Amino acid sequence: MIRNSLVPAQLTQLPWMVILTVMGITGFGLLVLYSAAGGSLEPWALGQGVRFCLFLGGAVVLSRLREEQIKKAVIPAYVILLVALVFTELLGAVAGGGQRWLNLGIIRLQPSELMKPVIVLTLARFYDMLPAGEIRRWNAIWPALGLIGLPAALILVQPDLGTATMVLAGGAVTMFLAGLPLRLFIGGGLSVIPVGIGAWSMMHEYQRNRVLIFLDPESDPLGKGYHISQSKIAIGSGGLFGKGFLNGTQSHLDYLPEGHTDFVFATMAEEWGLAGGVILIAAFLFVVWWGLGVALRAETRFARLTAAGLSTTIFFYVAVNLMMVMGLAPVVGIPLPLVSYGGSAVMTVLIILGLLMAIDRGQRGSRSHFG
Amino acid sequence: MKPRRPGRLVTEAQQSFSFTRRTFALGAIQGGIGLMLASRLAWLTVAQKDKYSALAESNRARSTLVPPRRGWIVDRYGQPIAINRSDFRVDLIPDLLHDKDAEIQLLQNILGLAPEDIERLHDSLDKAAGFQPVQVVEDLDYERFAAVNLRLPDLPGVVPARGFSRFYPAGAAVAHLVGYVGSASAKDYEKNRDPLLLTPGFKIGKEGLEKTFESYLRGEPGAKRSEVTARGKLVRELTTQPETPGHTLQLTIDAGLQDYVAERMGDQSGSGVVIDCESGDILSMVSMPAYDPNSFSRGITHDEWNRLSANDHLPLLNKALQGLYPAGSTVKPMNALALLEAGVSPDDRVLCTGTYKVGNSFFHCYQHRGHGMVDMHMAIQKSCDIYFYAMARRIGTSRIAAMARRLGLGQKFPLPVPSQRFGTVPDPEWKLKKYHKEWTVSDTLNSAIGQGYTLVNPLQIATMAARLASGRALVPRLVHRRNDEPAESLGLDPAHLRFIHEAMGAVVGPGGTAGSARMQLPGIDMGGKTGSAQVHHISMADRRAGRTSGTTGEWKLRDHGLFIAFAPVEQPRYAAGFIMEHAGHGTFAAGVARDAFTFLYDKQRALDTLAKMQPSWGGDIATRTARQKAEWQAAQAAAASPPATADTGDTSAQENAATPPPTSAATAVAPPSEAPENVQQPPRGTMNE
Repeated sequence: MIRNSLVPAQLTQLPWMVILTVMGITGFGLLVLYSAAGGSLEPWALGQGVRFCLFLGGAVVLSRLREEQIKKAVIPAYVILLVALVFTELLGAVAGGGQRWLNLGIIRLQPSELMKPVIVLTLARFYDMLPAGEIRRWNAIWPALGLIGLPAALILVQPDLGTATMVLAGGAVTMFLAGLPLRLFIGGGLSVIPVGIGAWSMMHEYQRNRVLIFLDPESDPLGKGYHISQSKIAIGSGGLFGKGFLNGTQSHLDYLPEGHTDFVFATMAEEWGLAGGVILIAAFLFVVWWGLGVALRAETRFARLTAAGLSTTIFFYVAVNLMMVMGLAPVVGIPLPLVSYGGSAVMTVLIILGLLMAIDRGQRGSRSHFG
Repeated sequence: MKPRRPGRLVTEAQQSFSFTRRTFALGAIQGGIGLMLASRLAWLTVAQKDKYSALAESNRARSTLVPPRRGWIVDRYGQPIAINRSDFRVDLIPDLLHDKDAEIQLLQNILGLAPEDIERLHDSLDKAAGFQPVQVVEDLDYERFAAVNLRLPDLPGVVPARGFSRFYPAGAAVAHLVGYVGSASAKDYEKNRDPLLLTPGFKIGKEGLEKTFESYLRGEPGAKRSEVTARGKLVRELTTQPETPGHTLQLTIDAGLQDYVAERMGDQSGSGVVIDCESGDILSMVSMPAYDPNSFSRGITHDEWNRLSANDHLPLLNKALQGLYPAGSTVKPMNALALLEAGVSPDDRVLCTGTYKVGNSFFHCYQHRGHGMVDMHMAIQKSCDIYFYAMARRIGTSRIAAMARRLGLGQKFPLPVPSQRFGTVPDPEWKLKKYHKEWTVSDTLNSAIGQGYTLVNPLQIATMAARLASGRALVPRLVHRRNDEPAESLGLDPAHLRFIHEAMGAVVGPGGTAGSARMQLPGIDMGGKTGSAQVHHISMADRRAGRTSGTTGEWKLRDHGLFIAFAPVEQPRYAAGFIMEHAGHGTFAAGVARDAFTFLYDKQRALDTLAKMQPSWGGDIATRTARQKAEWQAAQAAAASPPATADTGDTSAQENAATPPPTSAATAVAPPSEAPENVQQPPRGTMNE
């Protein structure tokens, strides 16, 4: 949709507009982290900035990959992650308690985080291999369900409902884009209702209360709802243009919990207001839509499904996080990519960006060869 | 949508087309969700901004009230009667405590708190919430205050502060006049839910003028807003709105005189009022003995409360306003005025043989041998009862009652006091209404000498004296005012007044009933009238026991002594009324009146007189109070050696500590019943000087 026609083609094949946008989002995020630390680069902004630069370099390296190379790596990556998930689970059981991290000595890896793009790649690979005629058959469904269900179940027992949901959603969107009949999705959606009712009727009173509080946290303002309430106060009190850089009270006086991680958007909105929020949403939409544009321009089935699915993964991050922060969804622990402090989400998003750029470069390259 | 071919085979071209379509749909849905998120953001930040801004503000800023300094109470010359003394205090902020029990333990060690205080502290901490400070201790000495400051690092949430406490320099002398202050009770708080009432160290008026002028004296609280983190850590002070101190209340009281009269009453139980005859200003209003308002304002201990309650001199009762007594012979000048108004010539004489017969009853003069031929002047000077019996019958009781009301008896005055009792001026209508009985001749005779149903309080007889002295309808007042209209005339004949003044002057002269009370000042003479009010009817048994008058015998059964006075006789400037309980006769009261007037003209002379008398009472009020306290504690300790059961009333006494019951015993008396022997009731006496 957006072309960098003004940039000399020989100088770079990189899509600078989207890279600049991503850098802009991150830069804005660094300002917010700087403010959240009380006007200090430590402990968050500096580390986040350095990591971003490293991962951006990694993304540029990824963008040099050819589609064939990516394809080859997909299945091994999926299998490795699955094993890693099991290991995480076992280590967690030994350590006694839920665990999401796998300490590899040099880095602490969160396999579930990487599973978000990899599930999309895996399904894209699967539907790429599946003959076109099979798409409306049972064969097109059950392997996909297995590929999604296995990691999702492993992540769910960690327990990490947010990531599990995103893996499910990423997989489902890829299936949808692959062309599975619509009625499957509609039926799947509808089947949630009787399953929900059945589960509800089997639950104990305290379990029901937990579910109700999960769905409507503000009914428990001092407990689970505290995050949401304080987040809404931070956002709402920001007004049109915010209280000004470094002037947020909710975040600086610690009323807003997780103000530098999952609730960083509230920290941002308190100081930058509606204006900052709209710009951020628009910037993310730009990145996502650019990704969809890459998908539409791509020529191979794998490239198309990958590009559209990965773009949507980024979108899921943003949408779920914002809905959560603004009190429209339960608190499930999904960070705002590039803005929330934390390496995993930045890494995931930049891997996705690198892959999208690779696909973009591939189809542009093929155009220059054949077009 | 293109019509699908029947069958399940899908070509790559179709798949590609479907992908494009679905990708566009996906993009559109994402755009829609993005729009929805932006709208939600706009709703929060624009439509609901005010709500959330207010919530953010209430998160951020904690307000603490700064209690206002209470207005002073000063006397007519600006001398302090009630002031504020700066003191040291320690408060706790519940939210900031780290380890409640350990910190209280440490405070107990540093401050030496009693177990009682600790219990109270735990109680108030249980009730308190959040950021509202709770008082640990007030009125702390500097050493212990400094010790707490040194240990502050170990005492998060403990706030040493400087505050103000109420101080009454004259102590007991002004107790019943100004009352005292105290912390607001739960009841006070329920009435108007003012958070100021919960502020530690804040006191409200509990009694007397402190109570009636509460809103005038209170002032407006200030507010301190500070920014605090979610964990309650203070970030910075935001704004401080200074408090507005309460107004200064200037009284008509002469603090020096008030103090002097209180001391001059010695160890007696009595009360009295001195009034300025030009304005009606109350120069002193004393009721003794009295509690120390300073210890009440600090929060009185059980022990002191019990000691005061047990005292038969009733230190908790303001007798000047709430004590009712038979007026006795003090009504005689007033009755004489009624006679003159009714046309009785002052030269008309009555033969006093000591006995007056009505039907089959005999009424006696206090002078059993009789006064012989008595005219009006002599009747007042010698206080002859028979003269007034005879003359009252001549003009009728209603004229006497009318004059009594004109001179202020039976009236409630517009004074800013929580309560005053107004007594009785009896007449036939009143009796019929109250007792459904006809007025009898003996009622007329009793009223003529101020006995029977006649009941007055000290303020009323002082007012009567002031009106007699000035001839004007003076209204006693306590709040100082400048430039006002003089009170209107009572419309009495000046010649009549002059006659009464002279006769009252003769009372305090050779041959008068208060001859010993002459003022020792050149050119200034006092006019007055004695009176005594029988407490216990002298029965035949008493006579057999040798007790033939109410001037001796058991203290509780002796007559009350009354005296009304004014000075100088020629041109009255001051008037007074004193009632000394169980003093036997009016001599002591006359002495107090004389010295009070002397004080107004010559302080030193009055103080010298006092200095001579004080040793016989065991020193001044402070000395005596200290000794009584020590004796009481010794007695309590002795009584406690067998496990004490006297503590049954303890809890109720504590609850009441801030509000002493106005009438715990017998001095404030109801209108008399028909049973004259009842000690608690003023009997219809015939004993008069």
